[in-house]
Amino acid sequence: MSSYEARFQVWRGDAEGGGLEDFRVEVNDGEVVLDIVHRLQATQAPDLAVRWNCKAGKCGSCSAEINGRPRLLCMTRMSVFGRDETITITPLRAFPVIRDLVTDVGFNYQKAREVPAFVPPAGLGPGEYRMMQEDVDRPQEFRKCIECFLCQDTCHVVRDHEENKKAFAGPRFLMRVAELDMHPLDAAAETGLDRRATAQDEHGLGYCNITKCCTEVCPEDIKITDNALIPMKERAVDRKYDPLVWLGSKIRRRTGAN
Amino acid sequence: MSVVDRQEWDVVVVGAGGAGLRAAIEARERGARTAVICKSLFGKAHTVMAEGGIAAAMANVNEHDTWQVHFRDTMRGGKFLNQWRMAELHAQEAPDRVWELETWGALFDRTKDGKISQRNFGGHEYPRLAHVGDRTGLELIRTLQQKIVALQQEDYRATGDYESRLKVFQECTVTRILKDGERSEMGVPPAGGRGRVSGVFAYERETGRFFVLKAPAVVIATGGIGKSFKVTSNSWEYTGDGHALALLAGAPLLNMEFVQFHPTGMVWPPSVKGILVTESVRGDGGVLRNSDGKRFMFDYIPDVFKEKYAESEEEGDRWYDDPDRNRRPPELLPRDEVARAINAEVKAGRGSPHGGVFLDVSTRMPAEVIRRRLPSMYHQFKELADVDITAEPMEVGPTCHYVMGGIAVDSDTAAARGVPGLYAAGEVAGGMHGSNRLGGNSLSDLLVFGRRAGLHAAEHAAASADDRPRVSDEQVDAAAAEALGPFSAGGGETAGDREAAGGGQGVGGPPENPYTLHQELQQTMNDLVGIIRREQEMEQALKKLAELRGRARRAGVEGHRQFNPGWHLALDLRNMLLVSECVARAALERTESRGGHTREDHPTMDRAWRNVNLLCALARPADELAEADPARGRIALTRETTEPIRPDLLALFEKEELVKYLAEEELYE
Amino acid sequence: MATGTEPHSTGGGVRTRTRAAIAAPHLRTDRWWLAPAGTAAGLFAFVVYSTWRAFANADYYAAPYVSPFYSPCLAENCRTMRAGPNADLFGSWWAISPAIIILIFPLGFRLTCYYYRKAYYRSFWASPPACAVAEPHTKYSGETRFPLILQNLHRYFFYAALLVAAVLTYDTVLSFRDAHYRWGHMGLGTLVFLANIVLIWAYTLSCHSCRHIVGGKLRHFSKHPVRYRAWQFVGRLNARHMQLAWASLVSVALADFYVYLLASGVFDDPRFF
Repeated sequence: MSSYEARFQVWRGDAEGGGLEDFRVEVNDGEVVLDIVHRLQATQAPDLAVRWNCKAGKCGSCSAEINGRPRLLCMTRMSVFGRDETITITPLRAFPVIRDLVTDVGFNYQKAREVPAFVPPAGLGPGEYRMMQEDVDRPQEFRKCIECFLCQDTCHVVRDHEENKKAFAGPRFLMRVAELDMHPLDAAAETGLDRRATAQDEHGLGYCNITKCCTEVCPEDIKITDNALIPMKERAVDRKYDPLVWLGSKIRRRTGAN
Repeated sequence: MSVVDRQEWDVVVVGAGGAGLRAAIEARERGARTAVICKSLFGKAHTVMAEGGIAAAMANVNEHDTWQVHFRDTMRGGKFLNQWRMAELHAQEAPDRVWELETWGALFDRTKDGKISQRNFGGHEYPRLAHVGDRTGLELIRTLQQKIVALQQEDYRATGDYESRLKVFQECTVTRILKDGERSEMGVPPAGGRGRVSGVFAYERETGRFFVLKAPAVVIATGGIGKSFKVTSNSWEYTGDGHALALLAGAPLLNMEFVQFHPTGMVWPPSVKGILVTESVRGDGGVLRNSDGKRFMFDYIPDVFKEKYAESEEEGDRWYDDPDRNRRPPELLPRDEVARAINAEVKAGRGSPHGGVFLDVSTRMPAEVIRRRLPSMYHQFKELADVDITAEPMEVGPTCHYVMGGIAVDSDTAAARGVPGLYAAGEVAGGMHGSNRLGGNSLSDLLVFGRRAGLHAAEHAAASADDRPRVSDEQVDAAAAEALGPFSAGGGETAGDREAAGGGQGVGGPPENPYTLHQELQQTMNDLVGIIRREQEMEQALKKLAELRGRARRAGVEGHRQFNPGWHLALDLRNMLLVSECVARAALERTESRGGHTREDHPTMDRAWRNVNLLCALARPADELAEADPARGRIALTRETTEPIRPDLLALFEKEELVKYLAEEELYE
Repeated sequence: MATGTEPHSTGGGVRTRTRAAIAAPHLRTDRWWLAPAGTAAGLFAFVVYSTWRAFANADYYAAPYVSPFYSPCLAENCRTMRAGPNADLFGSWWAISPAIIILIFPLGFRLTCYYYRKAYYRSFWASPPACAVAEPHTKYSGETRFPLILQNLHRYFFYAALLVAAVLTYDTVLSFRDAHYRWGHMGLGTLVFLANIVLIWAYTLSCHSCRHIVGGKLRHFSKHPVRYRAWQFVGRLNARHMQLAWASLVSVALADFYVYLLASGVFDDPRFF
């Protein structure tokens, strides 16, 4: 066990303005950045606002930016930094700030509402669902998401372009569309809802230029780009840009076979 | 002062974990306009921490499983102190609650024939836990959250407003349940238990703004109390808010002495001490060893379980593949037994370097299988402790995990006793789990009784439609003044606030740092009312709690009301102190060891205590000044004899087994 | 409040008024510029080399080896390669290097490839230069409109790339001859071609469009066990798509360079048998 004094810069302020404040604080063996923030609260800055909850990387509350990189405070060990390094903590920079490290993540909840929910298949009651493991593997990967919104924060489409927030759902919710489109029993199509077309038309899939930052920051190691976004792009191509598929669907419709 | 924003709702649900969301869904589907209030962001509730699974006798993996077997396991696990009707309803309804989740989009792991897969767990006779890897709680929360969104989308199509019938007030804290027909002596049950629920008083964490939700029915689903203990698997939200709200509203708490210490929490590094290591590690083959390399659990099988558990390592190992002809390994004993055994090993000097014991899967399964079946455990140890669980054992020790005690409720309706319109479900409600909860029974409890609470709250609200209870300005003002207290102690935000808070409450002494008080409280509860309890220590704890109570009134905060964590903690302290006193008093009173209550000075289970419930209520009018006398506590304890177990349910057990639990006169009735 | 309070700027992106007032476009302290700089350098080097070789219209055939840049060779001005990939589809009007005709396809395939898109969006267009580093553009519409909406054509370039890979496979077979067109011989060039064709196929098959076509588009894998296996196989390759993209880029350049060295007489192909 050894402790040392580390230098921190923490952004403090609110919507009116603010700036980086310097702190010197004790660090002990095995601690994570959230421990240090708690120590600051308990000893130097009792009103330092921060969101956190489980402190075990399962709830996705303590998202912030450490040395400019979107991360979970509770899953960033102090040992990854040099002892003489000044560690900078700021709130997420893609969302409006409320106070100190707390931002208004309402954007994400709004986008969540815009994705039509799972449509249960007609004629199957509770207890009658049969799904094979290989068919649920894909959507299960996406359901590991802890909604920390780090991917939403890092995605340059909205981070660097506030005006795109209206048209773009962000990686988390495009992944949600993919999850539902890959759900083995989702009956959206039967109700006339084409999730592939809406991914592009309503959730802004075309804005994604697959630069993979969402995948890089994901604390759950979900392969958002390769397994959700690109497959959705390909599915959109099926619907809109593939003459073979288009021709095939015409013929099939004519023969009535399916 | 009374410019506090007020809104009318039919049902208000406090808490947005599994029970709260399930209650809200039910209430909304029954036509009640429903508001949910939660301290965190929507979808972050402590339920996400649940790993192992949801216990439900669906018989997908072992066809012999039935609700009766599940009921039996639950009663055994709870050492027959369970409110048996709850255990019965729970076992009967759990499968429907799980299946219903699938129709809302949940994706559980599957069996070969495409059904929901079920896994083994401590205390369950058959593989019974529906699961998703080791992140079942997350799946549950996300499914319920998405169902709420689905209902809101429905409402949007009908009314043009997502929140017209179901609204989530996130990052808001309720500080008082409001009641009709009461004057300024808030929180005091008037004679005869009249005084209907009329709403809640809350503040928005972001702005510090106060508001009142008026409603004839309130469901409390706030979870547990673990943050009163130092080593805990619980998150910051678990400050016993619901327990305290109910107490203050005049509803009694039941059997608060029973606190479950999960046997396997992380012990190193210090900053993660207490974080849970899921029981599935043992369910899937992990074993416990002491520093001599011995599988010590074989030495700790209690008499009541002797016939059910393997006597040799060989037999235990065979059980994983052939459960019908072998008995299960003792690592899968109920949690209280395992926690005590670990505690004893460490005390006897056979612990691991950081004061735990070894939990090993690395020698039991190929690395590939471990990574697939226990992905978040692999991740958790890799990231937080730099331990590769596929190559080396984990170090684990007991951690405060769950409170079996809670608000005393009616088994069928989840209605809190003595306060019309108040309901409770989930961990905050007592009775269901008796003296010890089985793993996996928590998530099913949330769903079964969450739904029941929502259902009956909605019905109660509908019945009160023509005669809605009133919210008095006096109550609202008093609640606001109470909430502003910490500012006056600490210097205050504005002169107006100070005045509103009653000009400093007239309590002498320097302001106290709420963080320091919280740390002292946690240390006290951990050391003196922890896993092994002694009379003297608990008396000492009560003294310390009285001292802390006095100092807590001087807990002061700096800054202003906008997202001020110091202020939030100062307010939560009231709840933690009340609840801690309940735990300590009840634990002192119960002179036996049973389930989650272990007395060193009364080490055995006493059949005479089997049918005794301990009820905590507020001692006397909550007159803040009179209460300054630390010698007198705020909690009065009463004993109550439980209702006899229904004969057809008793008949599910062998006589020889019942003899070990039930008193003579209960057996021959 | 905080010391050094910064006034709000009126910039866009991370400096939008409502966001935390931080003047710096990013606060990263690591060498985030290294990856885009390396990518840019690598791609630039390849572009320079391939442009020179594609327009050179010389030194692309040294029996039995034909440079992958010139195969298949589709104009009349191609060198005659005995039993080689000659097909005079364009006739005599094509006056410049015949490599241009065919290179369109692998170029299009790589240009619309999901990996290369990431690589050049980041390194050439700085959109974004690195994660959480502000991009310099004020407007961004991604791949929603012309010309970038054409990226959706990737799948057709994939089909074309399959044909090109088939021809290159044929060329590799031809490389089992000696300089006098007798079968059953191998030289160092044969090994270079073998390595190249393996990497070309691995890169082509690991393509995201391929992964979609062989099985990704299905909803129920359980009803298509063969395609499920194929999808899993492609998925494993796909996880290495970036590495394969670079490896095959280098190998194709090396194969061409090897032919150039032989054709320009720098050295003779070491023969094994």
